[in-house]
Amino acid sequence: MPRIAIDILLKREILDPQGRAVEQALPGLGYREASEVRVGKHLELVVDAQGDELAEQVDRMCQDFLTNPVIESYRWRVIGDDERADA
Amino acid sequence: MRVGVVTFPGSLDDHDAATALEACGHEAVTLWHADEHVRDVDAVVLPGGFSYGDYLRCGAVAHRAPIVTAIAGFARDGGPVLGICNGFQVLCEAGLLPGALLRNEGLRFVCRDVLLTVEAADTPWTRAYLPDEQIVVPAKHGEGRYHADAATLDELEAEGRVVVRYAPNNNPNGSARDIAGVCSEDRNVVGLMPHPEHAVDPELLGGADGRGFFESLLEGAAQNA
Repeated sequence: MPRIAIDILLKREILDPQGRAVEQALPGLGYREASEVRVGKHLELVVDAQGDELAEQVDRMCQDFLTNPVIESYRWRVIGDDERADA
Repeated sequence: MRVGVVTFPGSLDDHDAATALEACGHEAVTLWHADEHVRDVDAVVLPGGFSYGDYLRCGAVAHRAPIVTAIAGFARDGGPVLGICNGFQVLCEAGLLPGALLRNEGLRFVCRDVLLTVEAADTPWTRAYLPDEQIVVPAKHGEGRYHADAATLDELEAEGRVVVRYAPNNNPNGSARDIAGVCSEDRNVVGLMPHPEHAVDPELLGGADGRGFFESLLEGAAQNA
């Protein structure tokens, strides 16, 4: 069954104070090259569906519950076992 | 009146809400998150707290609870519903109120009295106040920054649906246009971040400015009688 990775961020126009705090901390640690930090969520889940049905299921889950479309946007993809972030 | 107070796993202020309602002459009725009916209540309060640990997003898991489906039906039929703090977040997640609540701009948990202006004194929860009356009630939240897109904010303003606004220089969280609370199109569903139920006893520190929210229900009942 396909393993899905979903990345969720606050929409670009919405202030992300957490990202701003991280961004402001980086130079103090010597990382002066980094900017435009946004902090979000990464979800992984296994979905028992394929093809169009899979896409439809994941999008519905995201819009219905996993994200709040008023404030967040998301992207998802099918990943292999070697791409798991919890490796 | 019989007023339902919802308890989710993680609700904190349900007992304070019940106490406030009873201090203002109502009968508080316990509603459990798994209940599928609001029973025969005349109004519903969704209290503050951290329903389901606020996992995923504040109010996100709670808005799928059976009781919230029942409350949505109750609200559609015109029943008065008040969401305080986490209750406001749940109502926004459920789509019963527009917008969403985000992490405070300053990233700090805010816990202090705030000065509010009651701009809409014509909802079932605010008609005991005078239009533009200023009240002081406590706020305590980490995620209370009200957000909606510009078109929605304009619509709320044009329709007089900003129920309470933080007074100038009193915005504790970076809320858009200093909005502390809004109501639905039909005005029967009201949500706000500050806590009127914590300001109902004149003998305690902090005053009793919050009583109006609960006394308003009595005024409505008197008007309808």
